[in-house]
Amino acid sequence: MTQPTASSPSREQEFLEYVQSGGQVEATDELPDDYRAKLIKFIEMHGNSELMGVLPEREWILRAPTLQRKLALTAKVQDEVGHSQLIYRVVEDLGKPREQCLDDLISGKSKFHNVFHYPTKTWGDVGVIAWLVDAAAIISQKALLKCSYAPYARIMKKICWEESFHILHGRDVILTLINGTDDQRELVQDAVNRWWGPLMQFHGNPIAKEEDPMYIWRIKSQGNEEARQQFLDGYVPQIWELGLTVPDPKLRKSDDGAWEYSEPDWDELKSVVTGHGPKSQDRLDLRRAARENSAWVRQVVLPQAA
Amino acid sequence: MIYEVFRQERKGQPFQHAGSVEAADDHFADVYAREQYGRRGESSGLWIVPRSAVTEIHDFVDELNRNYHRVDGYPLKEKLKEARERAGTAAPRDR
Amino acid sequence: MNEQVRQLLEIADDELILGWRDSEWTGIAPLLEEDVAFSSIAQNEIGHARALYELAARELGTTADELAFDRSPEEYLCAPIVELRLMDWERTIARHYLYEEADAVRLERLKQSDDPEIAGLAAKIDREEAYHRIHAQMWFDRLQAEPRFTAALEELRPQAAALLDSSQRNGHTPELTTLWEEMTVVRRSQPAGTKW
Repeated sequence: MTQPTASSPSREQEFLEYVQSGGQVEATDELPDDYRAKLIKFIEMHGNSELMGVLPEREWILRAPTLQRKLALTAKVQDEVGHSQLIYRVVEDLGKPREQCLDDLISGKSKFHNVFHYPTKTWGDVGVIAWLVDAAAIISQKALLKCSYAPYARIMKKICWEESFHILHGRDVILTLINGTDDQRELVQDAVNRWWGPLMQFHGNPIAKEEDPMYIWRIKSQGNEEARQQFLDGYVPQIWELGLTVPDPKLRKSDDGAWEYSEPDWDELKSVVTGHGPKSQDRLDLRRAARENSAWVRQVVLPQAA
Repeated sequence: MIYEVFRQERKGQPFQHAGSVEAADDHFADVYAREQYGRRGESSGLWIVPRSAVTEIHDFVDELNRNYHRVDGYPLKEKLKEARERAGTAAPRDR
Repeated sequence: MNEQVRQLLEIADDELILGWRDSEWTGIAPLLEEDVAFSSIAQNEIGHARALYELAARELGTTADELAFDRSPEEYLCAPIVELRLMDWERTIARHYLYEEADAVRLERLKQSDDPEIAGLAAKIDREEAYHRIHAQMWFDRLQAEPRFTAALEELRPQAAALLDSSQRNGHTPELTTLWEEMTVVRRSQPAGTKW
């Protein structure tokens, strides 16, 4: 597919005005080089995250304590793989083949979201991930529904719709545990305590949206802090109403409606997304091994694949 | 090979482009499209087409502005206002 | 336990354990599109197991989950072939192909059952299995020229016989115990009857 470009300063300005007034573009439109590059990087990271997000959860498919939970969790993880397929197809149509994306993911050249670098220790984590981590992700994903790049906006619609079941599944798991034995309640509180830090870092550091290229190009329609506030607004009340605590003594809603909280550990975020999280290397190793093991299958089935 | 997938939400509705799958051949494309666009029973029908069979058109020529084909080629508001005034049936806001 | 229930449990255990094994591919299958498709097959297998357990459970005065999780490994009636951990695609597909072949025969028999509920359920399962058979055949056609695949078929074929012949189900592999321990680790962490 040929890649048209619109990189003279005046064309770029025209393009900027077009997207900033709500205009959308397709794969075959002329895209400024910087827009295309940022778009690919952003969307690729999303695809990487859906794919890597499978790994913390899949071990619990095998340990699910009822048939219903096993089915629901398998379906949820399946959806995430399906999402990565949709997303990598968009990246491929922008000019970067899937195999190259997977190479870069495994080599550490491209990144995936912080939350998928942490271990899942108990069934409580399964609930908290579907209830809170997915909720944080959905907030970001809703901000992509109006993405200036139309093919991405369209798959986001499908993704957001499918994610709505995941949150309900998470809530169901959590409520069952909360209403259960003391040990089960403790599983939830323990998981909340461990996931809170990564959750608060998830939406990224509070760069002003006017300075965020993702917002300037209208790839995202929301700034990082706005997303985090939305998360806190939606989910802290849900956490508190179950009698659970959040491990941040400074967390409170101020009179003007904004949530105050302890400064997230931005160093931890940076370290984790550059591959130094507790499970970063293990998971990439697993991906690498699975990929190498099945390379022959792709060779047989997809003639052009490496 | 890339296959484009068109889906019909409910009987009677148009088939709309839903996305694409990569597949070795028509058999694999059938299975994979079915999964990605139908495993939840969310589609009443799918059309699967190799991308190579799709021709794209993005440029349309209308140098001489052939507005007689379109609704905007028939600005009736002023004429209707004049006709109503003549007939004495003008609505209050027309006067 | 009467013969009919025993037969139901045999098939249910086969489907549960095979579904458990197949779900091990979720997230790491050779192709993303295939990952999604194979996961549906795994879910269908678990779903079939559940429906069969529910029928058996009514006869035995228990629940599907209790049958699925709360027996000890020796009490399961599955054939050894489904217990094997086969994390390479050639043997996974070989097993899939052999299993679907046997299952088609088995379901035909079950559809003739005197018990209308069993016959009805067998018909429903068979309609879903039609897609599994298409999927298995599709891969068979693609891989039949690959030596590692034909070797896998030959390696596993003898074990497929037990799927249709209960007299060949003479105990379990050590892999079933390892699988069972992981499958039940969360469930066993709380007293029987705990809701999850």
